[in-house]
Amino acid sequence: MNLLWLIPVLPLTAFLILALFGRRLPKALSTVVGCAFMGASGILAIIIALQFLLNLETTPSYTWSSGTWFTVGDFSPEFAFHLDGLSMLMTLVITLIGFLIFLFSTAYMATDEDISRFFAYMNLFAFSMLTLVLADNFLLLLLGWEGVGLCSYLLIGFWYTNPENGYAARKAFITTRIGAVGLILATVLVFRATGTLNIEEVLLIAGNWVSGNAIVTAIAVLLLLAALGKSAQLPLQVWLPDAMAGPTPTSALIHAATMVTAGVYLIARTHVIFELAPMVMTAVAIIGTATMLIAGSSALIQRDIKRVLAYSTISQIGYMFMALGVGAWTAAMFHFYTHAVFKALLFLGAGAIITAVHHKQDMFEMGGLRKVIPGVFYPFLLGCLSLAAVPFITSGFYSKDLILWKAYTSTEGNILFVVAGLVGAFITAIYTFRMVFITFNGKQHTEVDHKPGPIMVGVLAILGIGSVLAGFVETPHVLGSIHLFSDMLQYSVQDVTMNKVDYSQEWVLMGISTLLVVAGTGYAWMKYGKGAEAAPTMSPLNRFLYNGWDFDSAYQHFILNPYASFCRAIGIDIIDLLYKLVGLIARFFNLVLSRAQDGFVRHYALGIAFGTILVIYLFIS
Amino acid sequence: MLTAPLEYGLFLAAMLFTMGFLGLLVRRNLIFMLICVEVMLNAAGLAFIVAGARWGQPDGQIMMIFILTMAAAEVAVGLALILSIYRRTKTLDADVVSQMHG
Repeated sequence: MNLLWLIPVLPLTAFLILALFGRRLPKALSTVVGCAFMGASGILAIIIALQFLLNLETTPSYTWSSGTWFTVGDFSPEFAFHLDGLSMLMTLVITLIGFLIFLFSTAYMATDEDISRFFAYMNLFAFSMLTLVLADNFLLLLLGWEGVGLCSYLLIGFWYTNPENGYAARKAFITTRIGAVGLILATVLVFRATGTLNIEEVLLIAGNWVSGNAIVTAIAVLLLLAALGKSAQLPLQVWLPDAMAGPTPTSALIHAATMVTAGVYLIARTHVIFELAPMVMTAVAIIGTATMLIAGSSALIQRDIKRVLAYSTISQIGYMFMALGVGAWTAAMFHFYTHAVFKALLFLGAGAIITAVHHKQDMFEMGGLRKVIPGVFYPFLLGCLSLAAVPFITSGFYSKDLILWKAYTSTEGNILFVVAGLVGAFITAIYTFRMVFITFNGKQHTEVDHKPGPIMVGVLAILGIGSVLAGFVETPHVLGSIHLFSDMLQYSVQDVTMNKVDYSQEWVLMGISTLLVVAGTGYAWMKYGKGAEAAPTMSPLNRFLYNGWDFDSAYQHFILNPYASFCRAIGIDIIDLLYKLVGLIARFFNLVLSRAQDGFVRHYALGIAFGTILVIYLFIS
Repeated sequence: MLTAPLEYGLFLAAMLFTMGFLGLLVRRNLIFMLICVEVMLNAAGLAFIVAGARWGQPDGQIMMIFILTMAAAEVAVGLALILSIYRRTKTLDADVVSQMHG
């Protein structure tokens, strides 16, 4: 346990090595460095997790501190890491899934010239993300928060020679920046209200506040804004589909498994504050539900396989927000955990497919890959089953079912959320299997000459097995009633009270969701079961969905363009003219005096003589 | 010892200086321009000597020695430049070398 600090420091070390000597190291060595430190961090995380979980009842949390970070007046935040069930879960997911993705990257990025830069960024990301989740106070959390944002920017723009990637990187950075402002303001407000930034102390003090008072509502709104930016929820979701410009392992690690769920973590971490602001809680649930449906419907029509997964990620995080909004913290974290496994698998699978078909990403140019790359197909199929929440065997089913059940039973819940969640499950099944059928069934449109190697297939297989097994740590009451997962989190987050409902209703809920999943799958089979010949022409509705409900152009028309014309309007001002005049005068003299420099030495001599005479005359008189 | 009046000496120096300067402005041959500069330098030296003799101080002669040294250095550099210009343009006309204007 004393070695807790080493978990984030190991990737930091790898980053420093690669950043300082990366250019001089041979490619193979920088790959090993990039991977090994993450692996060591993962092993350490497992050891610490075992120690921690075995003593969970006696020591439900552990703090490692390096002492005071800095002191300003009464304010002296510590540089400390706090380990409890929640941060333990995040740490395990980050290090273990992270390590598998790093391992996959060694094969995926092997031919890239800049592999040491890639691993440097990835390690810096791992360090920042671990700092974020282990942070003991809001300031350290902010440090990690900004760190992951920076790494996200660097990795989306990794192939910077294409200007479009740079544009996508800036878009992601600026959009999440809006959220980061919320986090900074929330930190300031928290300090004003409590006099400390230590998260544990803040939550204790907040426990004594009156529910729904202005300051707690303001803090909750600002924290929500931060979470919306980072987790790509309405109305700040526009950056995530474009973020797919980065290398695919980046999309898997940052834009699916870990960073985008930082918002979910933030809300779960500060859940006491949200419980005191019921209006904001409802807003969280509504935003999550709306995002889930909007992003899910956009995924239905995408052609780029990575964009399908991106919209699907936004949609699944919408589920998590819905769970947070009804006070089912455990359910949200459970879905985060299963989603991290199967979405990492799906992204890496997509990466393997993309390398196999000469870096094409359009699904309609793939087709018929089932027999060609079975090593990718079967794990990918497992991930898809999990994403579509196919009952009883997949992890996605258990987490999604838990969310729906909690939305139904929670005192904060509402039957509308359940209905929306079920509609979302139906949509998820359709777009998931549309993706599978178009990619793997039907006629093959592109020759495959680059089959994924053993490392890629191995990682996919591990994640495929994981995406099935991950769900069995928490099962419904009527199906074994295993509660390992919520036991682990019980000292960190307590769900809001649930209405007493007969558990037999779980059967009804599961029955309906099963029917919808089967119906969605069947619909996808009818439409795309034999693969797709050519890309469909787009009706106006499809185009609207394809562009993600036209949020981008709406922002362009209603925010960016008015802002730009506003700036132009205030750009004309009288004081500016004064400065322009100075410039004009200088230009005028330049024009006149540069004539004097004509290159004839004798003219210069004459000039010097006259100058000298003038100076002498001035001195004498 | 019979000494010339100060004004005579200074007048001679001024004459020499003006001749050198006018030569510098009028001549276009680089060699002549260099000689004119030498004349101007010696005019200044003469003024120093005359002034030093008038007040019986050695400073004027010391100054002359400095000017001689400087003139030697200047000629060395100047001739080297002229040589290089000649190689480049095959002429000694100063106005031909007027490309370096702003």
